Amino acid sequence: MLANVGFFTIVVTFLVALYGAGAAAYGTLRRRPALVDSARHAMLLTWPLLSVASGCLIGLLVSGAYDIAYVASTTSSAMPLYLKITSWWGGQAGSLLFWSWLMAAFATAASARSWERDREFLPWVIVVTMITLAFFLSLVVFFENPFARLWMTVDGQQLKALFQPAGAVPLFPADGNGLNPLLRHPGMVIHPPMLYLGFVSFVIPFAFAMAALITRRTDDRWIRITRRWTLVAWLFLSLGLILGGRWAYDVLGWGGYWGWDPVEIAAFMPWLTGTAFLHSVVVQEKRGILKHWNMVLIILTYSLVIFGTFLTRSGVLSSVHSFAQSAIGPMFFAFIGLTFVISLSVLISRWSDLKGDNQLDSMFSREALFTLNNLLFMGILVVCFWGVIFPLISEIFTGQKVTVGPVFYERATGPLWAGLLLLMGVAPLSVYGRTSWNNLGRAAWKPMAISLVVPLAVVLLGVQNVAAVLGYWLVGLVVAVVAYEFWRGALARRKLHGEHLLVALGRLAGRNRRRYGGYIIHLGVVVMALGIIGIEIYQTETQGTLARGEQLTLGRYVMTYDALSVFDTADGKSVARAVVTVYKDGRNVGELYPRRDYFYASQQPMTIPGVRSTLEDDFYVILVDWQPIGTQGATFKVYHNPLVNFVWGGGLIFILGTLVAAWPERDPESARRRVPARAGAARA
Amino acid sequence: MTDGQGETAQPASPKRNFGIVLVWVAVLGLLAIVGVGLIRTQQGPAGVGSKPNPFTLRAFDGVEYNTAELVGQVVVINFWASWCKPCEQEAAELEQAYQQFKDQGVVFLGVNYVDTEPEARAYLERFGITYPNGPDLGTRISQAFRIRGVPETYILGPDGRLAHVKIGPYTSLGEIAEAIQAAQAP
Amino acid sequence: MRKVGLLLLGLGFAAAALVAIAGRAAAQGPSPSDDEVNAVAKQLYCPVCENIPLDVCPTQACAQWRDTIRLKLSEGWSEKQIKDYFVEQYGARVLATPPAEGLNWLVYVLPPAAFLVGAFLLFRALRSWRHAAAAAPAAPAAQVANDDPYVRRLEDELKRGA
Repeated sequence: MLANVGFFTIVVTFLVALYGAGAAAYGTLRRRPALVDSARHAMLLTWPLLSVASGCLIGLLVSGAYDIAYVASTTSSAMPLYLKITSWWGGQAGSLLFWSWLMAAFATAASARSWERDREFLPWVIVVTMITLAFFLSLVVFFENPFARLWMTVDGQQLKALFQPAGAVPLFPADGNGLNPLLRHPGMVIHPPMLYLGFVSFVIPFAFAMAALITRRTDDRWIRITRRWTLVAWLFLSLGLILGGRWAYDVLGWGGYWGWDPVEIAAFMPWLTGTAFLHSVVVQEKRGILKHWNMVLIILTYSLVIFGTFLTRSGVLSSVHSFAQSAIGPMFFAFIGLTFVISLSVLISRWSDLKGDNQLDSMFSREALFTLNNLLFMGILVVCFWGVIFPLISEIFTGQKVTVGPVFYERATGPLWAGLLLLMGVAPLSVYGRTSWNNLGRAAWKPMAISLVVPLAVVLLGVQNVAAVLGYWLVGLVVAVVAYEFWRGALARRKLHGEHLLVALGRLAGRNRRRYGGYIIHLGVVVMALGIIGIEIYQTETQGTLARGEQLTLGRYVMTYDALSVFDTADGKSVARAVVTVYKDGRNVGELYPRRDYFYASQQPMTIPGVRSTLEDDFYVILVDWQPIGTQGATFKVYHNPLVNFVWGGGLIFILGTLVAAWPERDPESARRRVPARAGAARA
Repeated sequence: MTDGQGETAQPASPKRNFGIVLVWVAVLGLLAIVGVGLIRTQQGPAGVGSKPNPFTLRAFDGVEYNTAELVGQVVVINFWASWCKPCEQEAAELEQAYQQFKDQGVVFLGVNYVDTEPEARAYLERFGITYPNGPDLGTRISQAFRIRGVPETYILGPDGRLAHVKIGPYTSLGEIAEAIQAAQAP
Repeated sequence: MRKVGLLLLGLGFAAAALVAIAGRAAAQGPSPSDDEVNAVAKQLYCPVCENIPLDVCPTQACAQWRDTIRLKLSEGWSEKQIKDYFVEQYGARVLATPPAEGLNWLVYVLPPAAFLVGAFLLFRALRSWRHAAAAAPAAPAAQVANDDPYVRRLEDELKRGA
């Protein structure tokens, strides 16, 4: 019953979304405001409807209705309640419903504003959001129905359908398969929703951009409206990526957090264009240039979101992350084709409307440096995109299957990342408008000189790797520049207002959230970079089979294999838990408990590493599960990951910075004050 | 969706046109490549009636077999691997079928899919397989048949076309015999 | 005399046998450690799984391949020889990056080329914008690029109408 209600609600929402898009387009083209209003109401209906449908699905998941195919494949009675709820996005069909629910929510939220100044945008925003929503709902309705039931035909075949097929009887499995063990981790619980939140929220700026193009309102109004949306979308996408990395590190057991797998890259590419976009819209707001480029960037971001979702779910690329193959591939392809063609046509037809002031005073001005930032991000994007697409090209044109692995991406993007780090250090010292090489040099030389302390110290401490020294220097430079900026600003406030230094710092960031929030984000990024340098350049590993009492050595660490216990748990798995003692420089620093979980229902093993984490490094021990595990001999794989916890710490700073930057202004007028073109002195 | 009326008067420069053409070529080219990739993933294994390209199999004992030279005979091509548990279910039956049909000119070729030679030989010895088996070097043969996994069996008729495709292990000797006899019939 | 001769012959055979055995053992060497195997396996990808490096792949097939590497290493094969062997057996997809031949050159050439093209286009655009700025009627140049926060704050306070 619940399943029928759920499916019916989805069908209704699909029709409502189609109506909304159609009515909005027709209403604005034929100047019938009543139709546009009706379309708006239709859009507002979609979220409550989808909430009902989602509620039905969650109800079925939680109550263990295993006659529903999706419930049987993603839950089992042994699973705890919170995991059953997260099964909503654990499988293909449910995750498409989740996507749609988010899309409806954001469309509603985006429309909850005063449209007085932008009446002409509204219908086109509705059109874009509702067409996107209708597309995802069409996948659910026609191909991946989470409410389909299980049936058994006379000749023993299992079918999935909502209503009884002729000659089939309903199946009522006693229990479900349960969620893939790898997905039963807190990181995995939040990572997909974060990514989807990021993807879906990027649809809103795209919708406004399309609206601006179509209605020819090509000033930066659409950018101002969506400024916070873009930042929040970017925040969620960044969080999703970081959480994915943390999950991989905790659970996948290969001592790393990013494998340059095609599906990871598919989620990373919109982040690259999104970051470039975040920077270049600042330039358009300040100087009125780069209008064409910003349109290109937002179209690219949206296209990459859809394209990335397509790559993940269609099976076109070989990847560890792929969902099972399904028929939605061709549908996605058609939608992507339509998206590319229509966005490109609209952009080209309005190209001349986007003519900005197109004046630049100096190659060393901040706006010029921002364009350099964009160039570097695009360079990284090209590397990622090409690496992902090339195996397909190779297979089509030569029949040879090839793998493009991490080495390619690391070597190709390394110098570009270094360039970005350098820019992060230099750009804050630059100014808008008329400036010169001398000015920039004068502003930059002091922090640069101070930062040289870092590579010096590091080389004296024995670091010989050139890339590492360079990396450390750049990290030091950015930290110095950010500190310098905060210092200068706080000092000036203190001079003017007599505030205590800490209060000055707080008010500084508060008055200039975008600028100082941005600095905090940069700080977070370089702290992460520090961690990445540590683990990528200096990771060491070893593997060995030990009998009880024997030991393994890695660098300054010695590990002894003490004990092993094997037992079954209540949630249907067999656990082999080893006890190892870790010694650093001869001193006992603690015990670790690497374990191997084997899930009976799905016959899948999972290894959980035992990790000793300090700021300096991680000592990471895995119980290798493809060799026999016993007290006579168990195989351990040990990684030493220096500085890796800076990655997670940097991530936190990153998030904090984004919150500062995105926090609503207390005083709306100060936010909207524009800096007229060609002004010299500038605040952010 | 597009409101094409009232374009601002801007003479279309040749440079601008070139740029537009370039962008369209890139976008449509990308769509074409992805489209072809998609079609390939949707394509199943080689289907009955299709004519796979001839290949050469170099057996473990060194003898080479070229399917182009085997036109006119029924050829049973079985993909297997020593690490593949379901393959063991049909191993004995395949050998029995070979013994039964070899005098009728039916050729059995076992293609060892991404395996290691010592383990492969051990597998052959364990099941007493006497028909020729060789490694699929560079996975070229399995790519030609677009196999999805092992075991899979493809039977070529005397005309060189696929007469029968079996995904998964055969359940009985009778099933194999039926398939071969169907392929033998004109 | 004959007994001594027989004894010497026997000793000679024994010595020869010992040398032969010692020689065989020396040629095989100690069994390569897991780390040595992993060092090679790290650079290869599992031929059947999707995008998993060979040193962390848990399947039985991967275990067999790692044993093959171990065997080849103990026979004295070099890393390059082992990688070539894997490519011959399982195709180019076992390598971590496409071998630089034929169409694969495109993988390595296109990104730097695209970057250079982008840089060139950007440079041209910036230059033409700068010329547009220089050619435009003289704007108030008094707005000097002064980023002193003190002055900035002062200007803010003034604007706010102190």
